[in-house]
Amino acid sequence: MTTTSPIITVKNLNSHYGERQILKNVNFCVQQGEIRVIMGGSGSGKSTLLNHLLALLVPTSGSINIDDVDVVNADAKTLSNLRQKMGVAFQGGALFSSMTVGENIKLPLKHHTQLDENTIDIMARLKLELMNLAGFEDLMPAELSGGMLKRAGLARAVIMDPKLLFFDEPSAGLDPVTSVELDELILKLRDAMNMTIVVVTHELESAFKIADKITVLFDGEIALTGTVDEIKNSDDIRIQNLINRRSRNEKINAEQYIKRLTTGQG
Amino acid sequence: MIYQQTTYLHYQCLQLNGEVDLHNSPQVRKQLLAILKKGDSVLVDFSTLSYIDSSGIATLVEAFNIAKNKQLTLTIVAASGGPLQVLELTNLDKVFPMVANLTDVKE
Repeated sequence: MTTTSPIITVKNLNSHYGERQILKNVNFCVQQGEIRVIMGGSGSGKSTLLNHLLALLVPTSGSINIDDVDVVNADAKTLSNLRQKMGVAFQGGALFSSMTVGENIKLPLKHHTQLDENTIDIMARLKLELMNLAGFEDLMPAELSGGMLKRAGLARAVIMDPKLLFFDEPSAGLDPVTSVELDELILKLRDAMNMTIVVVTHELESAFKIADKITVLFDGEIALTGTVDEIKNSDDIRIQNLINRRSRNEKINAEQYIKRLTTGQG
Repeated sequence: MIYQQTTYLHYQCLQLNGEVDLHNSPQVRKQLLAILKKGDSVLVDFSTLSYIDSSGIATLVEAFNIAKNKQLTLTIVAASGGPLQVLELTNLDKVFPMVANLTDVKE
């Protein structure tokens, strides 16, 4: 793994949906060639953080720097250039339903490059082979299973050989074998292409297998960023609850509870 | 220059330099197809190649297929590091003839 300057630096990031604060003073760095897993329970702010990294949301305060671009203040052209170096695989694949799988995968190349049609066709087929989807290029997304859609989405995300790949819940909804294959593929992509990969997941087994470092979020705050061993050995009870799949059993603040029930605030 | 072309035995040798990516792979494609069009077999020398992306790999696949149809050869020479891993990732290390050194190329 190359460790030079960080490719992602997030400083003092705060984010709100209306009055509700989602991310609280989030700070972290990701090195080039690193696989970083962002982990946390539902509602912990994982997806919001991902959306900020993709510059889809504007933070209340704080800064995000990706590949030397100030994402929060960048103009549209700079963001567009940056996005060409980034691939995103969304949970459900996010393919265009009116296009075939092949057309979906080729779309970024047709939009952003001047490559010959033959080169584009072979590139798309190479990625489909990589995702075990050979022969599916002429099918419509509606004709694919959930796992296939996810892999087709990943094929599109890596079609431009991005420097940085974001992957939202790679294992969710996949059978165990496909899930393990996808983990192995993530490791191979990093090793062969020196990709930096940020994976958002709550699948522990997958996180422990692929991560160089894991950032654990709780209620919008970073509980810990550390190696797999550091996370496993953490004495933070919330992390242990997450690892050991224990329910939170949080103590109830009676006053706040009644206020929430009666006024909807608090 | 992304490549240097020399003659080795009866082959045309295309030595790729630095990084082959979306921006310069069309140049490599054009030259490879020109060599094959003339009816020459080709050695693609990876010894000074540090990175090759999918467009570069796709170019090699297309050229390899043309060579095969013309009963010519396309051989990869001295693949190592990242470029070799990309060939392995795509299983093309099992498809392309590969030799470790130029001196291993047979007449």
